[in-house]
Amino acid sequence: MNPILMAIVLVTVIGLIGAVILVAASIFMYVPVDERVEKITAVLAGANCGACGCAGCADYAKSIVEDGNAVNKCTPGGAACAAKVAEIMGVDAGSSTPMKAVVACSGTCGKTGKKYEFQGVQSCQAVKGLYGGDGLCKFGCLGYGDCTRACAFDAIHIVDGIAKVDREKCTGCGACAAVCPNAVISIVPEHKRKPVVLCQNKDKGPDTRKACTAGCIGCMKCAKACPKEAITVENFLAKIDQDKCVGCQLCVKECPMGVIHVPANE
Amino acid sequence: MVKLAVIFFTMILVDNYVLAKFLGICPFLGVSKKLDSAVGMSLAVTFVMVLATAATWPIQTFLLTPANPDGSLKWDMGYLQTIVFILIIAILVQLLENFLKKFIPALYKSLGVYLPLITTNCTILGVTILNLDNGYDFIESIVCAAGAGIGFLVAMVLFSGVRRRVEQAVTPKCFEGLPITLVAAAVTSLSFMGFGGIIDAIFNVAA
Repeated sequence: MNPILMAIVLVTVIGLIGAVILVAASIFMYVPVDERVEKITAVLAGANCGACGCAGCADYAKSIVEDGNAVNKCTPGGAACAAKVAEIMGVDAGSSTPMKAVVACSGTCGKTGKKYEFQGVQSCQAVKGLYGGDGLCKFGCLGYGDCTRACAFDAIHIVDGIAKVDREKCTGCGACAAVCPNAVISIVPEHKRKPVVLCQNKDKGPDTRKACTAGCIGCMKCAKACPKEAITVENFLAKIDQDKCVGCQLCVKECPMGVIHVPANE
Repeated sequence: MVKLAVIFFTMILVDNYVLAKFLGICPFLGVSKKLDSAVGMSLAVTFVMVLATAATWPIQTFLLTPANPDGSLKWDMGYLQTIVFILIIAILVQLLENFLKKFIPALYKSLGVYLPLITTNCTILGVTILNLDNGYDFIESIVCAAGAGIGFLVAMVLFSGVRRRVEQAVTPKCFEGLPITLVAAAVTSLSFMGFGGIIDAIFNVAA
């Protein structure tokens, strides 16, 4: 037989056999996929951040359709995304307050100092492993930018020695909070008036004062000033219950160290 | 038996496909960022390598270059090797994906993303073709493919560790990102050169 003809026949036959097998396989091994899953995946933010608690956006879409997961868990997508998903699923979106990262530390350069000069691998994780960090305060932001590297949205940067959140860009996915070895970052519902204590120091007042000029010393002034009893002081550290807080901001005025701020207005 | 062991360990340490033959660099650089995805990718590669070898060896031997009992070829279609093998591997991977989706959803979920990536991976084609070039019989080819897959796994796992260190270190601005990764890959590859001849010595095979 003509070798060229034979080559053509051979490849064509192999191709055809393969095609038949694949077609047969796709018919016999067909797995029904709910078309809503694909639609929802397209609507979601696509950051695969895991804020919803699922392994990626596709997984969340699947859990909405198959397990009846809530439709408003996509933090990066926000309310607009929740509304679209709700429309696809034919349910009510419910309210979803935007969540933003808050760095609970006010120890910028000049307010606190260094215990030693660190020259190892430049990451918070590494410096934390060496005598609990190089800062005088062992609770505060280490300032080596693990959060900056974790952020998929370029929304958190080290400014003046501590992490600063770009509130426009932040989607509240929590990636930065997860990598911070000091757990300084928390994800808080964004509110124009409700303040947050921007300090994590659990040492006694005098010790805190020695370490940092902008640290919570546990003086209880804010707790006494609060008309709604939303502030509790535990381990010499004030904490504001965001549910009880009405946003009067008396505590902001009262704080002698100036560590209570409204993050939304920063 | 000794020959099979020699082939297997040679593929892992001495003739490592990524670090000595420089095939499959794309997934090596692309998927080695995280340990778990590196392992997932390598397992999928191993799986497809063995399967592809099992499918392409008979095709080459009985269809493309069938031999008469006296050793002469009935016809020689050897030049079609590349195109036919790619066709076969693509079909195979697609079939495998359908099969896993239907019958082993758990495995499909863990390999899911990596399977389609493998279709056009040069290591797979490399293993199948080099097996034939080396004149291995069927069993030897399968063992060689498995060894190549495990070698890929070793390279990926080692390199994902190296990479973690590299990413945390301070690199000069001009080396940031891919350049320093390539330098690290080169050093890892150099370290594997140290395994040269070790297998022959262990199994007492005359070089």
